[in-house]
Amino acid sequence: MSIKVKCFASMREYLDLSERDIAGDGINSVADVWQQIAGDKPMPDNTLCAVNQSQADAAYAVTDGDEVAFFPPVTGG
Amino acid sequence: MGTQHNGTIKIISEPFDPWAELSSYETSHLTAGQIGATATFVGTMRDFNEGDDVSAMELEHYPGMTDAQLQLIADEAQTQWSLDNALIVHRVGRILPGEPIVLVACWSAHRAAAFDACRHLMEALKSRAPFWKKETLKDQSHRWVEKNTDGYSASQ
Repeated sequence: MSIKVKCFASMREYLDLSERDIAGDGINSVADVWQQIAGDKPMPDNTLCAVNQSQADAAYAVTDGDEVAFFPPVTGG
Repeated sequence: MGTQHNGTIKIISEPFDPWAELSSYETSHLTAGQIGATATFVGTMRDFNEGDDVSAMELEHYPGMTDAQLQLIADEAQTQWSLDNALIVHRVGRILPGEPIVLVACWSAHRAAAFDACRHLMEALKSRAPFWKKETLKDQSHRWVEKNTDGYSASQ
Protein backbone atom coordinates (compact mmCIF):
# COMPACT_ATOMS: atom_id res chain seq x y z
CA MET A 1 0.00 0.00 0.00
CA SER A 2 1.42 3.36 -1.08
CA ILE A 3 -0.35 6.65 -0.42
CA LYS A 4 0.57 10.22 -1.40
CA VAL A 5 -0.22 12.61 1.44
CA LYS A 6 -0.63 16.38 1.07
CA CYS A 7 -1.27 19.01 3.74
CA PHE A 8 -2.33 22.60 3.17
CA ALA A 9 -2.40 25.94 4.99
CA SER A 10 -2.37 25.76 8.81
CA MET A 11 -2.39 21.94 8.63
CA ARG A 12 0.95 21.98 6.81
CA GLU A 13 2.38 24.09 9.63
CA TYR A 14 0.74 21.99 12.38
CA LEU A 15 2.31 18.79 11.04
CA ASP A 16 5.34 20.42 9.41
CA LEU A 17 4.51 18.38 6.34
CA SER A 18 3.68 19.55 2.83
CA GLU A 19 3.81 16.35 0.81
CA ARG A 20 4.98 12.82 1.57
CA ASP A 21 4.61 9.31 0.19
CA ILE A 22 3.85 6.74 2.85
CA ALA A 23 3.81 2.97 2.50
CA GLY A 24 3.00 0.03 4.70
CA ASP A 25 0.47 -2.56 5.72
CA GLY A 26 -2.38 -1.68 8.04
CA ILE A 27 -3.34 1.54 6.24
CA ASN A 28 -7.02 1.02 5.47
CA SER A 29 -8.69 4.36 6.06
CA VAL A 30 -8.08 8.10 6.03
CA ALA A 31 -7.80 7.89 9.83
CA ASP A 32 -4.96 5.35 9.46
CA VAL A 33 -3.17 7.73 7.08
CA TRP A 34 -3.49 10.50 9.68
CA GLN A 35 -1.95 8.29 12.35
CA GLN A 36 0.99 7.47 10.08
CA ILE A 37 1.85 11.10 9.45
CA ALA A 38 0.73 12.76 12.70
CA GLY A 39 1.70 10.16 15.31
CA ASP A 40 0.37 11.36 18.65
CA LYS A 41 -0.92 14.70 17.38
CA PRO A 42 -4.73 14.73 17.48
CA MET A 43 -6.70 15.64 14.35
CA PRO A 44 -8.25 19.08 14.97
CA ASP A 45 -12.07 18.94 15.08
CA ASN A 46 -12.52 21.14 12.03
CA THR A 47 -10.10 19.16 9.81
CA LEU A 48 -11.26 18.47 6.25
CA CYS A 49 -10.03 15.40 4.39
CA ALA A 50 -9.95 14.61 0.68
CA VAL A 51 -9.21 11.40 -1.20
CA ASN A 52 -8.18 11.81 -4.83
CA GLN A 53 -9.25 15.46 -4.61
CA SER A 54 -12.81 14.76 -3.46
CA GLN A 55 -13.94 15.42 0.07
CA ALA A 56 -14.04 12.31 2.28
CA ASP A 57 -14.45 11.54 5.98
CA ALA A 58 -11.93 9.88 8.30
CA ALA A 59 -13.55 6.46 7.94
CA TYR A 60 -13.25 6.50 4.14
CA ALA A 61 -11.39 3.42 2.82
CA VAL A 62 -8.18 4.15 0.92
CA THR A 63 -6.59 2.01 -1.77
CA ASP A 64 -3.10 1.71 -3.20
CA GLY A 65 -2.03 4.83 -5.11
CA ASP A 66 -4.59 7.16 -3.54
CA GLU A 67 -3.83 10.83 -2.85
CA VAL A 68 -5.01 11.82 0.63
CA ALA A 69 -5.10 15.46 1.76
CA PHE A 70 -5.71 17.18 5.09
CA PHE A 71 -6.60 20.85 5.45
CA PRO A 72 -8.51 23.37 7.59
CA PRO A 73 -11.86 25.00 6.68
CA VAL A 74 -11.61 26.85 3.38
CA THR A 75 -11.41 30.66 3.29
CA GLY A 76 -11.34 31.68 -0.37
CA GLY A 77 -13.34 34.28 -2.24
CA MET B 1 -17.55 22.33 -17.95
CA GLY B 2 -19.09 19.43 -19.85
CA THR B 3 -20.46 19.53 -23.36
CA GLN B 4 -23.85 21.11 -22.61
CA HIS B 5 -22.48 23.93 -20.42
CA ASN B 6 -20.56 27.03 -21.41
CA GLY B 7 -18.24 28.39 -18.82
CA THR B 8 -14.67 29.13 -17.83
CA ILE B 9 -12.65 28.69 -14.64
CA LYS B 10 -9.41 30.63 -14.20
CA ILE B 11 -7.01 30.47 -11.26
CA ILE B 12 -4.36 33.14 -11.71
CA SER B 13 -1.31 34.30 -9.77
CA GLU B 14 -1.01 37.83 -11.17
CA PRO B 15 -3.19 40.91 -10.45
CA PHE B 16 -6.10 41.28 -12.85
CA ASP B 17 -8.63 43.92 -13.90
CA PRO B 18 -12.09 42.31 -13.55
CA TRP B 19 -13.74 44.87 -15.86
CA ALA B 20 -11.22 44.32 -18.65
CA GLU B 21 -11.58 40.57 -18.07
CA LEU B 22 -15.36 40.82 -18.41
CA SER B 23 -15.14 42.95 -21.51
CA SER B 24 -12.77 40.64 -23.36
CA TYR B 25 -14.66 37.55 -22.18
CA GLU B 26 -17.94 38.91 -23.52
CA THR B 27 -16.31 39.68 -26.86
CA SER B 28 -14.83 36.20 -27.21
CA HIS B 29 -17.49 33.97 -25.60
CA LEU B 30 -20.92 35.61 -25.92
CA THR B 31 -23.26 36.40 -28.75
CA ALA B 32 -24.71 39.91 -28.74
CA GLY B 33 -28.50 39.83 -28.81
CA GLN B 34 -28.76 36.53 -26.93
CA ILE B 35 -28.12 37.96 -23.47
CA GLY B 36 -30.73 39.81 -21.46
CA ALA B 37 -29.00 39.84 -18.09
CA THR B 38 -25.45 39.90 -16.78
CA ALA B 39 -24.82 39.56 -13.04
CA THR B 40 -21.30 40.02 -11.70
CA PHE B 41 -19.63 39.87 -8.33
CA VAL B 42 -16.15 41.21 -7.64
CA GLY B 43 -14.47 40.55 -4.31
CA THR B 44 -11.55 42.83 -3.40
CA MET B 45 -9.06 42.70 -0.55
CA ARG B 46 -9.75 44.92 2.45
CA ASP B 47 -7.02 46.56 4.52
CA PHE B 48 -8.78 45.59 7.77
CA ASN B 49 -10.08 42.36 9.28
CA GLU B 50 -11.18 41.37 12.79
CA GLY B 51 -10.29 44.86 14.02
CA ASP B 52 -6.69 44.81 12.75
CA ASP B 53 -4.90 46.55 9.89
CA VAL B 54 -3.94 44.05 7.21
CA SER B 55 -1.07 44.93 4.85
CA ALA B 56 -0.96 41.84 2.58
CA MET B 57 -2.37 38.39 2.11
CA GLU B 58 -1.07 35.07 0.78
CA LEU B 59 -3.76 33.03 -0.95
CA GLU B 60 -3.03 29.31 -1.15
CA HIS B 61 -4.93 26.63 -3.09
CA TYR B 62 -4.86 22.90 -3.79
CA PRO B 63 -3.82 22.64 -7.46
CA GLY B 64 -6.10 20.17 -9.21
CA MET B 65 -8.75 19.92 -6.51
CA THR B 66 -9.51 23.65 -6.51
CA ASP B 67 -10.04 23.62 -10.28
CA ALA B 68 -12.21 20.49 -10.03
CA GLN B 69 -14.36 21.94 -7.23
CA LEU B 70 -14.92 25.18 -9.15
CA GLN B 71 -15.90 23.18 -12.24
CA LEU B 72 -18.32 21.14 -10.16
CA ILE B 73 -19.87 24.26 -8.61
CA ALA B 74 -20.23 25.92 -12.02
CA ASP B 75 -21.75 22.76 -13.49
CA GLU B 76 -24.28 22.56 -10.65
CA ALA B 77 -25.30 26.18 -11.23
CA GLN B 78 -25.74 25.60 -14.96
CA THR B 79 -27.90 22.56 -14.23
CA GLN B 80 -30.05 24.51 -11.77
CA TRP B 81 -30.42 27.74 -13.74
CA SER B 82 -30.72 28.54 -17.40
CA LEU B 83 -27.43 30.29 -18.11
CA ASP B 84 -25.79 31.17 -21.38
CA ASN B 85 -22.38 31.32 -19.76
CA ALA B 86 -20.55 31.54 -16.43
CA LEU B 87 -17.09 32.82 -15.58
CA ILE B 88 -15.07 32.38 -12.39
CA VAL B 89 -11.67 34.04 -11.97
CA HIS B 90 -9.81 33.61 -8.65
CA ARG B 91 -6.43 35.00 -7.58
CA VAL B 92 -3.80 33.03 -5.70
CA GLY B 93 -0.42 34.11 -4.33
CA ARG B 94 0.44 37.44 -2.72
CA ILE B 95 -2.41 39.96 -2.78
CA LEU B 96 -2.41 43.59 -1.62
CA PRO B 97 -5.33 45.68 -0.29
CA GLY B 98 -7.52 47.01 -3.09
CA GLU B 99 -6.64 44.20 -5.48
CA PRO B 100 -9.45 42.02 -6.83
CA ILE B 101 -9.49 38.48 -5.40
CA VAL B 102 -12.43 36.95 -7.21
CA LEU B 103 -14.73 37.61 -10.15
CA VAL B 104 -17.93 35.65 -10.74
CA ALA B 105 -20.15 36.48 -13.71
CA CYS B 106 -23.31 34.85 -15.04
CA TRP B 107 -25.07 35.57 -18.31
CA SER B 108 -28.69 34.65 -18.94
CA ALA B 109 -31.76 35.65 -20.93
CA HIS B 110 -33.42 36.95 -17.74
CA ARG B 111 -32.31 38.61 -14.51
CA ALA B 112 -33.58 36.06 -11.99
CA ALA B 113 -31.33 33.26 -13.24
CA ALA B 114 -28.33 35.59 -13.58
CA PHE B 115 -28.70 37.09 -10.07
CA ASP B 116 -29.48 33.80 -8.31
CA ALA B 117 -26.80 31.76 -10.06
CA CYS B 118 -24.16 34.45 -9.46
CA ARG B 119 -24.88 34.56 -5.75
CA HIS B 120 -25.06 30.78 -5.50
CA LEU B 121 -21.71 30.41 -7.27
CA MET B 122 -20.08 32.90 -4.92
CA GLU B 123 -21.49 31.28 -1.77
CA ALA B 124 -20.58 27.77 -2.99
CA LEU B 125 -17.07 28.93 -3.85
CA LYS B 126 -16.62 30.45 -0.38
CA SER B 127 -17.79 27.33 1.44
CA ARG B 128 -16.45 24.53 -0.77
CA ALA B 129 -13.48 25.52 -2.94
CA PRO B 130 -10.10 24.78 -1.32
CA PHE B 131 -8.48 28.19 -0.94
CA TRP B 132 -6.87 29.52 2.25
CA LYS B 133 -5.90 33.06 3.26
CA LYS B 134 -2.94 34.00 5.42
CA GLU B 135 -2.87 37.64 6.45
CA THR B 136 0.17 39.80 7.09
CA LEU B 137 -0.67 42.42 9.71
CA LYS B 138 0.79 45.91 10.02
CA ASP B 139 3.40 44.70 12.54
CA GLN B 140 4.49 42.03 9.97
CA SER B 141 3.06 39.16 12.03
CA HIS B 142 1.05 36.50 10.17
CA ARG B 143 -2.20 34.75 10.88
CA TRP B 144 -4.46 32.31 9.03
CA VAL B 145 -8.03 33.38 8.38
CA GLU B 146 -9.93 30.65 10.23
CA LYS B 147 -13.31 30.82 8.56
CA ASN B 148 -15.39 32.76 6.09
CA THR B 149 -18.37 34.84 7.18
CA ASP B 150 -21.74 33.36 6.31
CA GLY B 151 -23.02 35.49 3.39
CA TYR B 152 -26.64 34.37 3.47
CA SER B 153 -27.43 34.38 7.19
CA ALA B 154 -25.62 37.69 7.65
CA SER B 155 -27.80 39.38 5.07
CA GLN B 156 -31.19 37.90 5.89
